[in-house]
Amino acid sequence: MLTTTTTGRPRRALAVAALLVAVAAACLVSLLLGSNRLGLGTVLTALVDRSQDVGDVVWGSRVPRTVLGLLVGACMGVAGAVMQGQTRNPLADPGIFGVTAGAGLAVVIGLYVFDASSVLATLVLALVGAAVASVVVFSVAALGRGLSSPVPLAIAGTAVSALLIAATSYLVLADETTLAGYRIWVVGSLSGRSLTGITPALVFAVLGLLCAVANMRSLDTLALGTELATGLGESLLRARLVGLAAITLLTASAVALTGPIGFVGLTAPHLARALVGGGHRWLLPASGLVGAVVLLVCDVVGRLIAGTAEVEVGVVLTVLGGVAFVLIVRRGRMARL
Amino acid sequence: MTATVDRGTLDRGTPPALRRGRVLAATLTCLVAVVLAGLYGITAGSSSLTVADVAAVLVGQGTGGQELIVYQLRMPRVVGGILVGAALGLAGALTQTFARNPLATPDILGVTSGASFGAVLAIVVGGGTYAVAPGLLTLGLPAMAALGALVTSAVVYGLAWRGGIDSFRLILIGIGTTAALTGLTQYMVARAQITEAGAATQWLVGSLSGISWASVWPVLAALVVLAPLAWSQVRDLGIGQLGDEVSIGLGVSLQRHRLLVILCAVLLVAAAVSASGPIEFVAFVAPQIALRLARTDRPPLAASALVGALVVVGGDGLARGLLPGEVPVGIITAVVGAPYLIWLLTRSRGGSA
Repeated sequence: MLTTTTTGRPRRALAVAALLVAVAAACLVSLLLGSNRLGLGTVLTALVDRSQDVGDVVWGSRVPRTVLGLLVGACMGVAGAVMQGQTRNPLADPGIFGVTAGAGLAVVIGLYVFDASSVLATLVLALVGAAVASVVVFSVAALGRGLSSPVPLAIAGTAVSALLIAATSYLVLADETTLAGYRIWVVGSLSGRSLTGITPALVFAVLGLLCAVANMRSLDTLALGTELATGLGESLLRARLVGLAAITLLTASAVALTGPIGFVGLTAPHLARALVGGGHRWLLPASGLVGAVVLLVCDVVGRLIAGTAEVEVGVVLTVLGGVAFVLIVRRGRMARL
Repeated sequence: MTATVDRGTLDRGTPPALRRGRVLAATLTCLVAVVLAGLYGITAGSSSLTVADVAAVLVGQGTGGQELIVYQLRMPRVVGGILVGAALGLAGALTQTFARNPLATPDILGVTSGASFGAVLAIVVGGGTYAVAPGLLTLGLPAMAALGALVTSAVVYGLAWRGGIDSFRLILIGIGTTAALTGLTQYMVARAQITEAGAATQWLVGSLSGISWASVWPVLAALVVLAPLAWSQVRDLGIGQLGDEVSIGLGVSLQRHRLLVILCAVLLVAAAVSASGPIEFVAFVAPQIALRLARTDRPPLAASALVGALVVVGGDGLARGLLPGEVPVGIITAVVGAPYLIWLLTRSRGGSA
């Protein structure tokens, strides 16, 4: 509980530096390991010269996966930290404003109505669904003058999510082809993606990160309570809008790229808070780095764990990440929000 | 009492008698609504009975076919729906108050994910065997679900114990455990034969269609034993809202009290989930609707249980009466409960746990 005050600047800088090293190491491991194990020299030459034999493996599979893992992990980590800061709730994951459920429903409608299963179609559908859902949630909370308290936002988000998930389940149960596509998408995976399709999502992600940075000071003020925050000259509407934009953009692009990988967003901020404390200037970057490391490591484990077959990163993440998180919580002193 | 408290939610200015009156009025209204929804549930369905028909059956004047429909098909479904909904609503009120967090449903104790894991395991692994003897599936599924729920919650509680239970640590450990089990469940669904995946998805949504008198009794027993126990904890739950230090200072034996509250919630959900599958949303929405109806600062237990019953049995009745085909009640509860909660949200000035 007291970590915010006891964590000094040198220790926080050290923690962030260690996280940066961990991210670099995870990227390297992600490039080297897989069903086809490559040496460091091979990978480096292939990175420079694409015409090498292994160029296809490196540029076609390893590089996209690593970039995606880095991007999506960081997006979810930052989005989770903003979400928990906005709602002041340790149970809030980035999907709680209905973003993930909205994306899921849009993808299922695409599968059901248009049989749209291409990566680009899924991406666009998920972005649209996520945006619509978050606007609805925000309007509901704003209508009830709920902006001063984070609770109505969280409750409205959970209620809207439940509605969207119900609609999704209805369509999935009604049509076996849709179920076949949906059950794969919903697990979340980094494989089979190329870098050509990610440009729109990348734009969204960068915009989202900018919004998150712009929201940092407000998040610190909001932590003092909304009354004090308003007294300090904080515009609640602006603080909420910028935060919501950050969460929606980051989550939507991540979900669109890999399917719903919610667990990173929920837990990365808790781990980061234990490392650097609750101040958002340190917490947001640390959460992003933790998210990237966790996602990359889990993806590598998923490639190796089942021999030549592959386990989706979403499964490895929740199973392995869940167990690891339990152990960390049991040993360490978790910092409260 | 300071005047700076969010007046729209807490209503501190209202005299205690009036506040108690509101809770009582909300509870009685819900009770009447549950009875009406139950009666509607008995008349609604693919072979429609009039109110007169049902009344005739109940006084022993119906035809054999009508008696079969009312006593063996409709009644267990309606009674089961009421009991399952009440158990979930009550369990949700307990966990939301215990954790002082409106997002804390019994799911965070690992009950639902454990039950789902057990049931899906039974469907996927035992699918071939059960296909030969479908009778085993109706018996084995609830047993596996209950087993999964109880083992998982025991593990969560055991892992969270470190010289005592701290609610924040319990929640975080619940999150981790739930995630791990959900991941395994999803993996099984993704790798199973498509027919088994369909059956698993169907079960995971939650449904009353498989309910019979045999699956009603465990839920009833759980409610009869646990509801009074939960009620006896009401006063301590109120004090718990003030925080750990204050509670201990006021002489609440915190650890024993927490174990009791958690045990009640776990057993109620385990019984409900085994009968109907995870109708997850009910445990979240019922206490939130109840506290806004009664305008209290924490979910009222009786009203939460009744709203839960109403959402489940009303939703199921509507699904059978108005919609073609069999729509699982887990979908309908969200369609009925979520808009109502959203409407309440847009009207109120805020809310609390």
